[in-house]
Amino acid sequence: MRNTLIIFQKELRGYFASPIAYLLMAFFAVIFGFFFYSATRFFILQGMQMQMRGMGMPMDVNEYVIRPLLSNASVIGLFLIPMITMRLYAEEKRSGTIELLMTSPVSDMEIVLGKWLAALAMYMCVLGVSAVNLGLLFAFGKPDWKPILVGYLGLILQGGCLLAIGTFISTTTRNQIVAGGATFGVCLLLWVLDWVSSYETSAWGKVVSYLSVVTHFEPFSKGVLDTKDILFYLSMIFFGLFLTARSVESLRWRS
Amino acid sequence: MIKVEGLSKRYARTLAVDNISFEVQKGQIVGFLGPNGAGKTTTMRVLTCFLPPSSGSAQVAGFDVLEQPLEVKKRIGYLPETPPLYPDMEVIEYLTFVAKLKGLSNADVPGRVREVCDRCAISHVSAKLIGKLSKGYRQRVGLAQAILHNPDVLILDEPTSGLDPKQIIETRELIKSLAGDHTIILSTHILSEVEESCEQVIIINQGKIVAQDTVENLTARLRGSESVSVEIRASGGALNQSDVRQKLEQVAGVGHVVLKDTRDNRVTYEVEGLPGRSIRADLARTIVGAGWDLNELRTVGMSLEDIFLELTAAEKRSARSTDSTPSTDANETQEIKQ
Repeated sequence: MRNTLIIFQKELRGYFASPIAYLLMAFFAVIFGFFFYSATRFFILQGMQMQMRGMGMPMDVNEYVIRPLLSNASVIGLFLIPMITMRLYAEEKRSGTIELLMTSPVSDMEIVLGKWLAALAMYMCVLGVSAVNLGLLFAFGKPDWKPILVGYLGLILQGGCLLAIGTFISTTTRNQIVAGGATFGVCLLLWVLDWVSSYETSAWGKVVSYLSVVTHFEPFSKGVLDTKDILFYLSMIFFGLFLTARSVESLRWRS
Repeated sequence: MIKVEGLSKRYARTLAVDNISFEVQKGQIVGFLGPNGAGKTTTMRVLTCFLPPSSGSAQVAGFDVLEQPLEVKKRIGYLPETPPLYPDMEVIEYLTFVAKLKGLSNADVPGRVREVCDRCAISHVSAKLIGKLSKGYRQRVGLAQAILHNPDVLILDEPTSGLDPKQIIETRELIKSLAGDHTIILSTHILSEVEESCEQVIIINQGKIVAQDTVENLTARLRGSESVSVEIRASGGALNQSDVRQKLEQVAGVGHVVLKDTRDNRVTYEVEGLPGRSIRADLARTIVGAGWDLNELRTVGMSLEDIFLELTAAEKRSARSTDSTPSTDANETQEIKQ
């Protein structure tokens, strides 16, 4: 436990000591800010038109602003995650510091966990930027905070699952670009798998679309907490970390 | 302290280390000597639990590297060939991280880090980024990292490679000062380094141990008979070479005399004694007695360099005569620092 924490601190520090953390947060702030502006502009316009036509039904901020925003955030995450995970192992392998880690009295799993948790913390910091935008909604309106919380939980679970896969991919190479590129490819694939469901209704199609990380995020963005989806994410995280640990172990045997 | 038995390590197609066995006693400094690609780094990596052995066993302080790797790792300080440093960390930050990683308690860390900084003479750069340090300082930080947790065994892979002569001397001094409390294995392909700082030498070539002994013994074993180089100057007048040669040959115990150099009125001979005979005293007496000046008289010892070349050449000869497959030389060049 202590060892995991030591690795965690070192990794998180590594993100913030290099420009990468600030770059990612700035990138996210700009893109998310753009989506936020578009969504609220559209919301206000629609609201005014409805009032003019005398339709008194108030529009729901959660439904029309926050839900699409969270879905967008989950897609932005797909692009950011490779940049977070690509360095985790590839950099250590290239610079030789992996020898320090692997000859220290620390188990492989402790290192894997420490690194993954640091990546998750980094991802949460990036998501945290969106609190500014949502804070504005709270300042000028009365959104329901519970579905927002569920939405963020979904984002974190989805991120954790892709980060675990990214960490695994990073162990397989000593080149950060390769790790980042491959992770991006896998993230993208796991996203678009969902499209199969639009034309394929057989059992096979269901299985494939079930594997899509986005399918499982839908309920979260609506504020629905479903054990089925939580379980999917948790098992994907477990699977990714398991692969990582195996891969790290195989470094010893193959190298 | 360290016990290696029948250790082999095979990479995909090459045999990097071939059935080696050796033992190192507590407190010794052992030099691991061999050309590039001989299997030094691989052996060290097995000892540090970085790589598992393909067959055979290795024990450090009584713990097997496969059975109880955590116990072994606790007792080993390791400096790989390229020091494992994070360039974007400050020295003190890095050492604190390593100290914690090596299992020092939080309370002990700052004191121990300061101590090690003093010992390795890096206190004045402790607030600098490692990426900004010169190669010599990086090496020292690497060494500091290895001794942080006061390990029983220190394993140093080419600790002086790439340093300038002054830094090499400083590093050697530092390593020597560490002996006693620590058992040290250091690898190198620089022969003088072993002569300088090691008590024991293990010479390894193409994955096999070629020789293993103390430096003195190795030299003595290969030298056999004593060779002496003498420089003689005529004190006034010319020097008759055949006269000198005759005089030298008449000295008791002298085997044969070889003329090495003549300059003005000076001559240099290499005189080889018969095995087991000491000839220096008689030689000096004879020369002075004949009325010449004795400018220089020194024993021509076989340097480790000669020994090394001799041993590896002998190895090659025997390999060629017994082994019909000519692949060994190709393997050597292929297997370089995996």
